[in-house]
Amino acid sequence: MRASAGSLRTVLAPVILGVVALALWQLLVVAFDIKPFIVPGPLAIGTEFGDNISSVVAGALVTGGNALVGLVIGGVVGILFAVLAALARVVDELTAGLVAALAVVPIVALAPVLYTMFGAGAETARQLVAALAVFIPVYINTLRGLRQVRPVHRDLMHVYAASAWQTTRTVTVPGALPFIFTGLRIASSLAVISALIAEYFGGPVGGLGKSITSAASSSNYNLAWAYVLGAIIVGLVFYCVTLAIETFATRHYKPRT
Amino acid sequence: MSEASTTAAVQVTGVDKVFTAKRKPSVTALDSIDLTVAPGEFVSLIGPSGCGKSTLLRLIADLDTPSAGTLTVFGKTARQARIDQEYGIAFQQSGLLPWRTVAANIELPLELHGVNSAGRKKRSAELLALVGLGDFAESYPDQLSGGMQQRVAIARALAESPRLLLMDEPFGALDEMTRERMQTELVRITGETGAAVVFVTHSIPEAVFLSNRVVVMSPRPGRIRDILSITLPGTADRDEHLREDEAFFENVSRVRELLHGEAPVGIKPTAARGVENR
Ligand SMILES: Nc1ncnc2c1ncn2[C@@H]1O[C@H](COP(=O)(O)OP(=O)(O)OP(=O)(O)O)[C@@H](O)[C@H]1O
Ligand SMILES: [Mg+2]
Repeated sequence: MRASAGSLRTVLAPVILGVVALALWQLLVVAFDIKPFIVPGPLAIGTEFGDNISSVVAGALVTGGNALVGLVIGGVVGILFAVLAALARVVDELTAGLVAALAVVPIVALAPVLYTMFGAGAETARQLVAALAVFIPVYINTLRGLRQVRPVHRDLMHVYAASAWQTTRTVTVPGALPFIFTGLRIASSLAVISALIAEYFGGPVGGLGKSITSAASSSNYNLAWAYVLGAIIVGLVFYCVTLAIETFATRHYKPRT
Repeated sequence: MSEASTTAAVQVTGVDKVFTAKRKPSVTALDSIDLTVAPGEFVSLIGPSGCGKSTLLRLIADLDTPSAGTLTVFGKTARQARIDQEYGIAFQQSGLLPWRTVAANIELPLELHGVNSAGRKKRSAELLALVGLGDFAESYPDQLSGGMQQRVAIARALAESPRLLLMDEPFGALDEMTRERMQTELVRITGETGAAVVFVTHSIPEAVFLSNRVVVMSPRPGRIRDILSITLPGTADRDEHLREDEAFFENVSRVRELLHGEAPVGIKPTAARGVENR
């Protein structure tokens, strides 16, 4: 009972806030006669969004698709490397430098270079940018989780004379799941942002990023904002889906036994 | 059975355990411990906090190694006995894997040691019935009470029918009523399985109710003060009525006197655990 009332409030409060903010925004745009190239009102954006829904959806599928490919590749590689690093100190030491370097590189800056590597007609460069952006938080969080094995579980596996691989598979990785999902949740937003921004630097048309720039450069500001709205929705979908999977996968983890 | 019963389940001879740490005084957790546990015998270790009960149990389980002395389990080194899965173990924390169902938790050791899925299912069903959790096979640990979780942990310890059970305060976190019920169940279970048990506890009545012999330990350094044979019916014949019995109270006071009575000044069950001063 209390939980449903609480969750109702956590949903309702931001919705009300959002509606109020939109109303205020519309009011300001009308009252001060703000021009669309500065910022259009929510009603204009909404109308444009509705009128161009098919091309927004098509763009969202392209950008979302790239982000998803990047999330899967970066996630899998990040988890695998973290498991290897937890198992073998050598891997840990070798990757530590690489990860530290990758973490400070603004990954999207690689996009132009990657376009020339993979050809400007392919989505590969964008997917790779997303994958690289995903790799870092997934790797770091997973590795942290893998190092949190509870002593009682470690003792138990020692008692069972379990091999290192058995211990990893049955205790270490499942125990790190909450950490892995935290990494993936952070990474899901990064994947969308990276895939989107990468489009600004070239590659095939069709994605939301390219659509935003081309609409803006042809002074179609309302349409540009409609694509921005599409990008926001893609980002939210990614976040909410990973959050839902996380909540489901770790539903039994809370009380320590 | 006859051949196995000639070798002791646990044979501890002159065992010392000294913990050394950098820039800290070393701690003598155990000092010349001698103890023999016969096959099928129930032995409790009791003593104030920090007297080395857990340490002794961990040495038997090969979770740690003695600084001196020898220790054998069914005539093998502790290490070999562990590798051969000669014992089952239960800790104060149940240590269940929260992402596995109750049945999958019980099947964990079987799975690790290559028992096929049909064999595992059969065994976990037997064990769940034994600990009275037949309806909870598909539940997750977070859906069980503390007492139920502890019963699952005991079932898991019994999974490979070990001849020796090591238990470190398995009922420590339970309320008194649950605790007494679990004790009665443990007496029944060990009666049915015929396993020897080394049982660590803080509770005198618990030690008396369960054991054939009670090992009373004293701290700083951890030593065996005395070993007391319990003058009660065989453990298989013990039930709730025994708790009201005159003989039960007599044994309880004998243990209590040993624990408190002849104690040198300053040793109480509440003595602080941790660093040794001298
Ligand atoms: N890993 C360790 N490193 C250093 N000292 C330790 C370690 N484990 C135990 N000790 C010390 O050894 C002594 C005995 O500890 P032990 O845990 O065996 O006591 P115990 O009898 O089980 O106490 P309790 O009843 O509180 O569980 C204590 O002084 C403790 O501080
Ligand atoms: Mg202890």
